[in-house]
Amino acid sequence: MSLTEAFRQRTAPQLQLGNRFRALPRPAKWSLSALLIAALYLTPYWPDVPVLGWIINTPGTSFENVLTDQIMMFILVALGLNVVVGFAGLLDLGYVGFYAVGAYTTAVVTSGQFTLPWIAALPLSVIMAMIAGVILGTPTLRLRGDYLAIVTLGFGEIIRITANNSDWLGGPRGISKIARPPSIGPLQFGVLNAKPYWYLGFTVILIVIFVLTRLENSRVGRAWAAVREDEDAAELMGVDTFKFKLWAFAIGAAIGGIAGSLYASKVGFINPDNFQLQLSILFLAAVVLGGTGSMYGVIMGGFLVAWIPERFRGFATRRYFVFGVVLVLVMVFRPQGIIPRRGAAAGIAKKGESDV
Amino acid sequence: MSEVLLSVDQVTMQFGGVTALDNVSLHINKGEILGLIGPNGAGKTTCFNVITGVYAPTSGTVTFDDKSLLGLKRFQITKRGIARTFQNIRLFPDMSAVENVMVGVDAHSKTSVVGAILGIPRSRREESESRERAHELLKFIGIDEYAEVAARNLPYGHQRRLEIARALGTNPKLLCLDEPAAGFNPAEKQELNELILNIRNQGYTVLLIEHDMNVVMKISDRIAVLDFGRKIAEGLPHEIRDNPDVIAAYLGVPDDAA
Repeated sequence: MSLTEAFRQRTAPQLQLGNRFRALPRPAKWSLSALLIAALYLTPYWPDVPVLGWIINTPGTSFENVLTDQIMMFILVALGLNVVVGFAGLLDLGYVGFYAVGAYTTAVVTSGQFTLPWIAALPLSVIMAMIAGVILGTPTLRLRGDYLAIVTLGFGEIIRITANNSDWLGGPRGISKIARPPSIGPLQFGVLNAKPYWYLGFTVILIVIFVLTRLENSRVGRAWAAVREDEDAAELMGVDTFKFKLWAFAIGAAIGGIAGSLYASKVGFINPDNFQLQLSILFLAAVVLGGTGSMYGVIMGGFLVAWIPERFRGFATRRYFVFGVVLVLVMVFRPQGIIPRRGAAAGIAKKGESDV
Repeated sequence: MSEVLLSVDQVTMQFGGVTALDNVSLHINKGEILGLIGPNGAGKTTCFNVITGVYAPTSGTVTFDDKSLLGLKRFQITKRGIARTFQNIRLFPDMSAVENVMVGVDAHSKTSVVGAILGIPRSRREESESRERAHELLKFIGIDEYAEVAARNLPYGHQRRLEIARALGTNPKLLCLDEPAAGFNPAEKQELNELILNIRNQGYTVLLIEHDMNVVMKISDRIAVLDFGRKIAEGLPHEIRDNPDVIAAYLGVPDDAA
């Protein structure tokens, strides 16, 4: 037993925070989690807190809007893309496509000819995104690595260009008057107050985390990890690799669809320029920066990728330079991301010794 | 004559102009250890790959438990009851030892995405059974104390053993071991011999590819010899030892016998 302990100590020092949390008695765990969740629900008020406020506030733009239009979306999208890239190890460069499918579905069915209520548009968007995931995945998941990346890259562009050239999708002018979520009592989903969107979005994020944790710690998560580590060996150990890869695509797409739908109903107007290739790259940057395969890592990554350019808006056109510097620093000092997934952390620490 | 578990009939495997297997036939009886030997490049691993569905043979048939395996996907063959290890270790390096074995055990799990999300009783039960079974197997091969260590951090010998445990996890009728003793010192080989005999005594049938004559001669019930893709001999270990063709093809070449 002590030998195992010694291994853990040596290989994964950065995980001690998580381990310490897991070691706490159940009531302590629950109250700590509850506190953290409460604090996160109150994120829109953070700029009013003395020191924290100075750090987090975004000069020149309303933090509330950055939180709901950027940070919230990036966190959701990072969680979804992480299923594909982090859990199953499939490089997807066209993830913005699913985000667009979700956004356009909500836009089309709630404005103009159709006027479905928002509450019906959201699940419809998720289903459409999932279908898009399956349609894209069925032929392409026979490819691996770089080839898959190239095909998915094309998919993202197809969606955007199709939207640009289809009149019923608004063409280059896009779609406006997208339905907002229904207001309930004090939660007024309007233009002036962005806070309710955060309460809604954060709730969705919590649900997504719950679902993904269940999946990750089940047979499904293990099958994904096995495919990621060694696809051939996985199949020879009885994993139906194609089925599980397709599931990863579908679930990732569904989460992208949720994010797109929420985005569309928050901003009320979308056009094809909202879904450029650059966004796919930034989504992937969020996942890699935070820690591929680590859910709390990619949440952090999603936050940073959305927040840094806004925080450093004072640098004007050079704000992406700041962003680039941060990316490079993380890649040099923490190549597995800010919060690496468990196995990956151990791997880095021992690499030199084990790869003889 | 005991019951035949697997039979390979007149299998030919061509890669372009290269014939890796030329009309090879062999069979494995239930409960025996069949050694498959031959010089480098003789087609041993190709033979494994045909049996486990990695390659579809150019011609010939593979029958397992009285049913043809041709046309089945690899994971389906595994579910039918054939599991293997790899010549070059192919564990899931970032996963812990116990998770590696659990992937194998999961082969017969019915849990899928919906069940896992909802946490239905069957999924929970399968999950805990899977973990329990994995620990049992780790104990059986003697590395349960490393259960939570990432596979890549295990010592080499333990990695080889872990591959065997992972294969046993799929609850196979036939266990195919591809050079399990590669890189072992004599003491470790001795331990491995005992482990393989132990596995056989648990009721598994074993197909063993091995270069090391000490290992093969000691534990095999029968031996088949491949050379240049052809089967040149088959028989009891002492018959093979004295077979002039085998000596010429294999034992006579010092580089390979090492």
